[in-house]
Amino acid sequence: MSDAQKSLTLTVCVIVLLLVLHFVLPAYHHGNLARIMVLAVYAMGFNFAFGYGGMLSLGHAMFFGAGMYGMGLVMQHLGWPAGPALIAGLVSSLIVSAVIGFLALRTSGVQLMIVTLMFSQAGFLTVLYFGEWTRGDEGFVIQQADRMLAGIDLSNEANRYLAGLLLFAICLFFLSRLVQSPFGKVLVAIRENEERTRMLGYDVGQYKLIAFIISGTVSGVAGASYGLLFGYVGASFASVQYSILPLLWVLLGGAGTALGPLVGTLFMFYLIDITSGYTTAYLAIAGLVLVLLTLFARHGIIGEVRRRWLKWLP
Amino acid sequence: MDFGPYFVLALIEGAVQASVLALTAVGLSLVFGVMRVVNVAHGEFFMLGAVLAWVVATTIGAHPAIGFVLALAIAPIVVGAIAVSADVLVLKRLKYDPENTIVATIGLLYIIQQVTLMTYGPDARPVEAPFNQRLAIPWPEWGEGGLTLGWPWGFGTTSYKLFVIAAAIVLLIVLWQIMARSKLGLVMRATQLDREMATAFGIQVDRVYAIAFGIGAALAALAATLIVPIRQAHYLMGADPLLLSFIVVIIGGLGSLPGTVAAAVLIGMSDGMISMFFSPTLAKILSTLLVAFVLVFRPQGLFGSRGR
Amino acid sequence: MAAVELLQTHDLTKRFGGLLAVEGVDFSLPQGQIRALIGPNGAGKSTLVGLISGRIPATAGSVSFQSRDITRLPAHKRIAAGMAYTFQITSVYERLTLNENVALAVRRVSPGSEADVDSQVADALNHVGLEDRRHEVAGDLSYGHQRLLEIAMGLAQKPKLLILDEPTQGLADSEIANFKNLIRSMAGSTTILLIEHNMDVVMDTADFVTVLNFGNILAEGTPDEVSANHDVQAAYLGTADA
Repeated sequence: MSDAQKSLTLTVCVIVLLLVLHFVLPAYHHGNLARIMVLAVYAMGFNFAFGYGGMLSLGHAMFFGAGMYGMGLVMQHLGWPAGPALIAGLVSSLIVSAVIGFLALRTSGVQLMIVTLMFSQAGFLTVLYFGEWTRGDEGFVIQQADRMLAGIDLSNEANRYLAGLLLFAICLFFLSRLVQSPFGKVLVAIRENEERTRMLGYDVGQYKLIAFIISGTVSGVAGASYGLLFGYVGASFASVQYSILPLLWVLLGGAGTALGPLVGTLFMFYLIDITSGYTTAYLAIAGLVLVLLTLFARHGIIGEVRRRWLKWLP
Repeated sequence: MDFGPYFVLALIEGAVQASVLALTAVGLSLVFGVMRVVNVAHGEFFMLGAVLAWVVATTIGAHPAIGFVLALAIAPIVVGAIAVSADVLVLKRLKYDPENTIVATIGLLYIIQQVTLMTYGPDARPVEAPFNQRLAIPWPEWGEGGLTLGWPWGFGTTSYKLFVIAAAIVLLIVLWQIMARSKLGLVMRATQLDREMATAFGIQVDRVYAIAFGIGAALAALAATLIVPIRQAHYLMGADPLLLSFIVVIIGGLGSLPGTVAAAVLIGMSDGMISMFFSPTLAKILSTLLVAFVLVFRPQGLFGSRGR
Repeated sequence: MAAVELLQTHDLTKRFGGLLAVEGVDFSLPQGQIRALIGPNGAGKSTLVGLISGRIPATAGSVSFQSRDITRLPAHKRIAAGMAYTFQITSVYERLTLNENVALAVRRVSPGSEADVDSQVADALNHVGLEDRRHEVAGDLSYGHQRLLEIAMGLAQKPKLLILDEPTQGLADSEIANFKNLIRSMAGSTTILLIEHNMDVVMDTADFVTVLNFGNILAEGTPDEVSANHDVQAAYLGTADA
């Protein structure tokens, strides 16, 4: 088998495994995994900019939040049904990431990190400022009756899991294809050596902007889906913490790998889940993992496996 | 009542805010200037200073003034020591790579904040001020006999707030003298200007970095100790000082002590005043956007070409 | 031969603060020529090439390429218009394979099928003698081989103008001999602008030489004419620190 065939086989196996788990997992873990898959989509969106494009944003929560609020606000205040509301979420994160990308990508490196952090913080505060509509920190619930998509009740746990899996599978295949495409290869080239790529005649700024928008929009779709599937929209999803989490997941799973985001999200979710049984200060674990990763494991789990044993891993 | 008295009151509140901010931001600026790294955990060092001040003052249990003076000495030293160990254990091993350092200090932020939550708890706790007389402020009024001084009703400040302003000014002058005159200051400035050259002259850059990181954190802790009698100590109190220090450092230009102080006065005063007349949330939105735009449209500024 | 000018600059000037690095240079390069650009250290050679390729914005003056004014074009568009540029300090994708390094250059010019790209990559690597190492990682190559890889990346773009910024710097003598053969093999098919310190290479490969000194053109002519020129000799002796 060629490397590409091996990668495809592995990807299909992961999807099938997730489908099998749907039938065998106990309710508690079944519910967790549904959340993990949607959050992994967020991580994959983040990974596309950071892992492949070398653009480290500390503000992706504004895209996750833009998707979530784009979906939630039109349902809450305009009475849109779920389908169009999801599209509204997609469009709103697309617009936000295009505007922010256009501005922020004039910078790079540390400066880009601070600029995205600041924009994201302004976005979070804006959600609080317009508390009359957004209900601020408290957030609002999307009624069970409204969470119907094509006649399917998304508040049902089985449907929710399958919808999460479908979204995950679509994004995984879409992003994997994109990374293998000439576009993805140029993106990696920019990450590896931006000036060389410019002097090969590529419009580096445009490639980066498009990649940033794709990254932000995938994150936004994850946000919209998360709000719809789990029925809650709140400001905490737009806070700094939700910008740091995808970074943590991707670093843990392996930046620039196809399955790293899922693996990282899975591990971190359960690490926090287990810790929060003992203390309210479970975020200390997130901090500790972050420090240890930067110190000892820059490649993350999948990245390390690829480096040591399986060179063909996507 | 007239607009005037409100304005003077806002001016004093702004000056208190600016004093504390100047100390905190100078710490962040020093770290960035000398080490070329952004310390996202700076706000947590501030918070740690406030919490330790409470711990010291409560443990002593004597007259508030004694507790306060001890806190003023102990909190910065302990926080500085914690920062030095973080530098040696983490940042030094990352070779001060700018991006990795940000990620690692985000980790430190969560660790410090959450460990404080586990030990100190989620409550906000006050520290008693060493002295706290209410002071009325005279205000000129037009009366029958022409211009006279009056004391408008309910209008005043406290002696402690004036002390905070004075203390910050003294501390900044001392710091200025240290940077300008002492050997330590010379070594730090040399390292800031040219790291390789400093190494060539036999300066132990690693040690200078550790000291700079420690002093930066200690300044934040000192600022927090000063403010904690006015605002209570709480495990989440680090976010605002971090954000405002960023703004000050970015507006003021880096490594420049006068620039940082000037920006702190500007931002501190205007933040205090804007918050008095407008919604504080709106004020924060505008200031974060300001920072983002300065960084976007002045890329050659502080983070740009000077980075090595 | 009716000289068709591929590249022309008019009154091209670059000022860095108070320093005039390139001062009012009128330079023209006919189609098909191998031109060497020489001059003492700090004469403004790299700056001039930077202005031509668009890496450095000009203070004044104009650049035209194939009779088209490109002064306002950003670097990537100039490359897309048919220039190829190799860096003075070798710049390849160290963590990617040789194959991918060259493929990135090929795909921009002719984004065809993978098989098509593959054969063009093979051609380019073949030309510099690296075809049997195409699946190795570029960072593992020796310095001399990385320079060759960079030239292959330039060739793979099938450029109208190939700019080589000090390509023999840091090469061993045997590698320089190979390099000279490589340049000569391109004669006629590609226009080459070669910045070069090694006079030996210049004498053996260039059709025509431009000498730059203090940001001005000091002399132009065939290699023999230039080497006999007294001003040129004085300029080199004046900064005899090589």
